[in-house]
Amino acid sequence: MFAFIVRRIAQAILVMVVIGFIGFAIKQSFGDPIREITGISVSVEERNKLRDELGLNDPFLVQFGRFIKGAVHGDIGRSFFYKKSALEVILSKAPATLELVFCSALIIVLFSIPLGIYSAINPRSIFSRIIMGGSTLGVSIPVFLTAILMIYIFSVELHWLPSFGRGETINLGGWRTGLLTLDGLKHLIMPSIALSSIMLPLFIRLIRSEMMEVLQNDYIKYAWAKGLAPRRVFIVHAFKNTLLPVITVGGVQLGTMIAFTILTETVFQWQGMGFMFIEAVGRGDAPLMVAYLVVVGLIFVIVNTLVDVIYGLVNPQVRITGQK
Amino acid sequence: MKRSLVFLSLVVILALGLVGCSSETKEEAPAKQDSAETADAGKVLKLAMDADPVSLDPQVQLSGGMMQYAHMVFDPLVRWAKDGSFEPRLAESWEQINDTTMRFHLRKDVTFHSGNPFTAEDVVWSINRIKTSPDFKGLFEPFNEAKVVDANTVDVITKKPYGLLLNMATYIFPMDSKFYTGKDESGQDKAAIVKTGPSFANTHESGTGKYIVAEREQGVRTVFKAYPKYWDKAGNVETIILTPIKNDATRVAALLSGDVDFIMPVPPQDLKRIESTDGLELVTMSGSRIITFQLNSKRFEPFKNLKVRQAIVYATDNTAIVAKVMKGFATVAAQQGPKGYASYNAALTPRYDLEKAKQLMKEAGYADGFACTMIAPNNRYVNDEKIAEAFVTMLGKIGIKVSLKTMPKAQYWDQFDAQIADIQMIGWHPDTEDSANYTEFLLMCPNKETGYGQYNSGNYCNPEVDAMTIQTQTETDTAKRSATLQNIEKTLYDNAAFVPLHWQNLSWASKNNMNTEEIVNVQNFPYFGNLVIK
Repeated sequence: MFAFIVRRIAQAILVMVVIGFIGFAIKQSFGDPIREITGISVSVEERNKLRDELGLNDPFLVQFGRFIKGAVHGDIGRSFFYKKSALEVILSKAPATLELVFCSALIIVLFSIPLGIYSAINPRSIFSRIIMGGSTLGVSIPVFLTAILMIYIFSVELHWLPSFGRGETINLGGWRTGLLTLDGLKHLIMPSIALSSIMLPLFIRLIRSEMMEVLQNDYIKYAWAKGLAPRRVFIVHAFKNTLLPVITVGGVQLGTMIAFTILTETVFQWQGMGFMFIEAVGRGDAPLMVAYLVVVGLIFVIVNTLVDVIYGLVNPQVRITGQK
Repeated sequence: MKRSLVFLSLVVILALGLVGCSSETKEEAPAKQDSAETADAGKVLKLAMDADPVSLDPQVQLSGGMMQYAHMVFDPLVRWAKDGSFEPRLAESWEQINDTTMRFHLRKDVTFHSGNPFTAEDVVWSINRIKTSPDFKGLFEPFNEAKVVDANTVDVITKKPYGLLLNMATYIFPMDSKFYTGKDESGQDKAAIVKTGPSFANTHESGTGKYIVAEREQGVRTVFKAYPKYWDKAGNVETIILTPIKNDATRVAALLSGDVDFIMPVPPQDLKRIESTDGLELVTMSGSRIITFQLNSKRFEPFKNLKVRQAIVYATDNTAIVAKVMKGFATVAAQQGPKGYASYNAALTPRYDLEKAKQLMKEAGYADGFACTMIAPNNRYVNDEKIAEAFVTMLGKIGIKVSLKTMPKAQYWDQFDAQIADIQMIGWHPDTEDSANYTEFLLMCPNKETGYGQYNSGNYCNPEVDAMTIQTQTETDTAKRSATLQNIEKTLYDNAAFVPLHWQNLSWASKNNMNTEEIVNVQNFPYFGNLVIK
């Protein structure tokens, strides 16, 4: 286990350095941050002076070297727009995204497993057909549209749910949570449904097809022959074995959701990391962009590590990479 | 496994329960909240704009968002009234003492949010500071110095006679000189103007304005509370909660659902919907931001030919662009300054005439047309990309094949400066609220030394226009000045120096229980201090 963790940490550092390098290499093409922080009538000289002060005129390697030097000391740059350390900005936005993703993931897990199993066991029933038809529809409607439609129905027409933002939040030692207030939960409902609208059908389909495949196996037939109760056959023998690919896909998707919930966050003015990132791109706020990409690299490594650990729990036959 | 399943189902039940509870109570909640807020804490305005102030320092950046903020938390010496005249604010009255000196008599009963009294010292201190701000120093270039006469009188002295001194006084938001003097915790001067890093002034304010910044999370929410000792008792809003909502559809939905009370700007596609909704009020106004195309005669030979430039102007059906692309939400332009500006020349009218355009192309020797390149931003001006596309189609009718490239504004301006295309789009709003500013930046001969023609990517250069524009800078006789400015517009029009499209309209929408119409203005700095909620 120790070797495994060390290996993963080394991997994380490598990933972050590579991402940082790429980020630095392409940041110029995102545009000029100076334009965003000065009025349009500011003279060329003044702009150049600012650019000099910020070290933007230095060669690429000098800038990258400065970044690495800072990163070793835990400083991965300062956002031009927020005028604060980029890491601080990202961390202040993380709770919003993590709570949103958590709620969506909850919806996905709660619905995809029973629906997927049901439609695998009874592929011909009417209900299964409705599920499959509905999931095709769900996959094909863009999140953006789902979100706008929901806002118009539930906020504008019915006045049931708030249309934007996180609502009332409580500060729990630096973590601003919306999970503990009624207002915060109300604000969470639509964004989390919108975010799960693509992933949920995907997982229903994935579980269904994996489960159907597993049900064809000999050991299932043997279990039936032994006269086991259907619940035991389906849940313990069949479902557990469909989980491996589901976890793999789930891990990657979870990482993606944390990193890039841009559309949902934009439509609901949800002040999370994805929204912050897209705004930073729009403003040419290069240090924040690069810092964010580096943090995302770290998130992916962590999520994948967790997935590997869970593998071992689900199926003891699978050995953790690096464990002898 | 069994145990974990039991746990999972527990979580499910809990979660469903929570969701259930919240959905049961939600119907009554909004109404309750509203009445509670209005009864206890005075009037509350929930305001949604497309951006929020980037800093609390009114002198750090010259942008719409910052000026809107400055008018809430600070107060200028004078401010624009609706009819284009000046309304006394911190300056009660003013008089011209000699050619270059203007004397301002200040209000006596004013204090800053810190409690310090407001005096002439603060005005001088603020003018000296603004002259060092990268964003403002250009505008304040004509200013020589400010002098304290006595505690409530200040003289502002310009280098030469300057007719726009009062226009500039609308940018002088006196700051609390005592509050901003000294060193902060990190040893930095409290008065430092810092654009990209932390500074005292970026996060602390002490102005004389109606509102104090009570709470601020940048990009998320700013809460303004009324300053109890504010001298002007016009408005009745105690608390303003400003939330930036960037997405157009979300901003409109927030107003329609009642989550906010006031939004700006209103996207053109939603104007009708808001107008036809009961309980909402829509206010629109013709603005002063001109949208134009510049034809680069240095880069592209045919544009040197007056007839070609004229043909392009004649081929541009900007009335149709306003009607179809802008959905009527713009005012067709044929010159730079809109009606109400000193330069406005009523004789100059839109010139769309396709036959004449074709004729001119023939006379110029380009009967078969030619091909050229063009760039435009796609997120800077209202419908900028669609306008550019419509323009390309229109030029196609006189045989000009334009290859258009559009890009986000973060990338656009570098390309614009590099003049990478033959036709480039630019919109301009004069910071001075005066017509000469258009010409100074867009159409005077580009000159790196003086900075004139900084955005003249058409490279139009007419010494006569330059001379006239410079003359207007020191002309203080309004009638004479106006005549010269109108003459400039006429010359530019005749020379087809640029392709005028339209002035963007401005828009605000709110619940109809407030005097929105009265507080908005063409500068787009709504005076929220004067807002009255019934």
